Amino acid sequence: MSRHVWTRRQLLLRGSAAVGGLLLGGCDRLSRSPSFQQVLASAEHLTYRAQRLIVGEALAREFSEADLSPIFRSNGTSNPNNDLYNRLRVGGFAEWRLRVRGLVQQPLELSLTDLRAMPARTQITRHDCVEGWSAIGKWTGVPLGSVLNRAQLRPEARYVVLYCADELERNDGGYYESIDLVDAFHPQTLLAYELNGRALPVANGAPLRLRVERQLGYKQAKYLMRIEAVERLDGIGQGRGGYWEDRGYEWYAGI
Amino acid sequence: MGQTALLRIPMQKPEIIRRHSPATRVLHWINALSVFLVLMSGLQIFNADPYLYWGQHGAEPDPVLLAVGAHGFPHWATLPSWQGLATGRRWHFFLAWLLVFNSLAYLLISLASGHIRRDLMPNRREIAPGHLLRDIWDHFRLRFPRGDAAKHYNVLQKLAYVGVIFVLAPTLLATGLTMSPGFDAACPWLITLFGGRQSARTIHFTAAMLVALFIAVHLIMILLAGPWNEVRSMITGRYVVPPGKPE
Repeated sequence: MSRHVWTRRQLLLRGSAAVGGLLLGGCDRLSRSPSFQQVLASAEHLTYRAQRLIVGEALAREFSEADLSPIFRSNGTSNPNNDLYNRLRVGGFAEWRLRVRGLVQQPLELSLTDLRAMPARTQITRHDCVEGWSAIGKWTGVPLGSVLNRAQLRPEARYVVLYCADELERNDGGYYESIDLVDAFHPQTLLAYELNGRALPVANGAPLRLRVERQLGYKQAKYLMRIEAVERLDGIGQGRGGYWEDRGYEWYAGI
Repeated sequence: MGQTALLRIPMQKPEIIRRHSPATRVLHWINALSVFLVLMSGLQIFNADPYLYWGQHGAEPDPVLLAVGAHGFPHWATLPSWQGLATGRRWHFFLAWLLVFNSLAYLLISLASGHIRRDLMPNRREIAPGHLLRDIWDHFRLRFPRGDAAKHYNVLQKLAYVGVIFVLAPTLLATGLTMSPGFDAACPWLITLFGGRQSARTIHFTAAMLVALFIAVHLIMILLAGPWNEVRSMITGRYVVPPGKPE
């Protein structure tokens, strides 16, 4: 009798160990399968829909000066360090222009002086990196919505794509990001040229970076060069809407 | 011949009860699989920055509350088993949704059927200190209930289940949502409630570790209580009641 029980117990233990091993090996295999990636990615659409429904136009929490991080760390590229960028940086970005193109009635070329002449907004917000850390900084800049209104979006425009001067991997077109029009026209979405009351440092994206406060850090494109209004994202880069998105990260980074 | 008849001991026929409802069984196994994978994908995400902080912000120059090794948890404990934050996040949020739907189904069915009130909620007699202490002492001596007492959960078991279902699971969901910059805009009171996103992250991690502890104890108890009978009762619903001692 007791011998019988022991065998079953052994069977159960070994069985569960085997099932566990198979399961984990299986999960790794599933992680590599493109069709299963599609299944996992369905959660992103659900999160996007749910957050658009629940969050709507709500503003991200703004903090006080007392909450500022002692040092606002940088991540990713800390200096694009290519010929074009170096030339612009040495010239104090006087020659730098932000070009607004794509599905707009009025293409624009804006200098830093032009941007600084527009009504500005300052906000103290929390920057959440996809890795898990957070830093709080004070950003000053022009709401992206005012720039887009000046360029007058055509009715087909559905996304705003932001192209950057940094080339994390030199042979594939460099860093870019994209957001939908809900975020593009959100009052806290800024083209920021100041951090903590001083001109944006090179490590944090000089001369201009995006702040889209209700999403994670990799959406906050630095070293902006060009903004393009588009109808679809699939013809750009590898078609997923951004540098990290093309490498498997979610396009909607609200979580 | 007459002698053998005299020597025959009356065999007690084992009593078999239906212990778990079909809904509990199905939802339990979906939950078991999902919880394992959500914990492992959570460790993958944690490994991207294997430090815990407290407060609104926490990053490189800030004081670290807890660091886990130089590179976090070993790869055999993470999903995927290689360093892959993007894939880990995909798994984690997929499973988080699955667990939300699974838990909602469980709560609705179990509240309607009275399972929670009848089987899980400890009554006043059970949480009396004397009863609690005796139950703890019984667990220490690995003396498990038999007979009629084995037909329902003991008080430590009830407290563990209620703790996971009504304390840890909601805490994990709420702190998880507090880490979402999107959701924070809709519910800024969550940030206040947990004292900041980084505190929420630390609480999320701690609650997840407590769930892992619960699973470890749960599995050990199953092994000690008789794994065949216990596992079968969660698959077929049929549970053989350990016969009571002949007093």
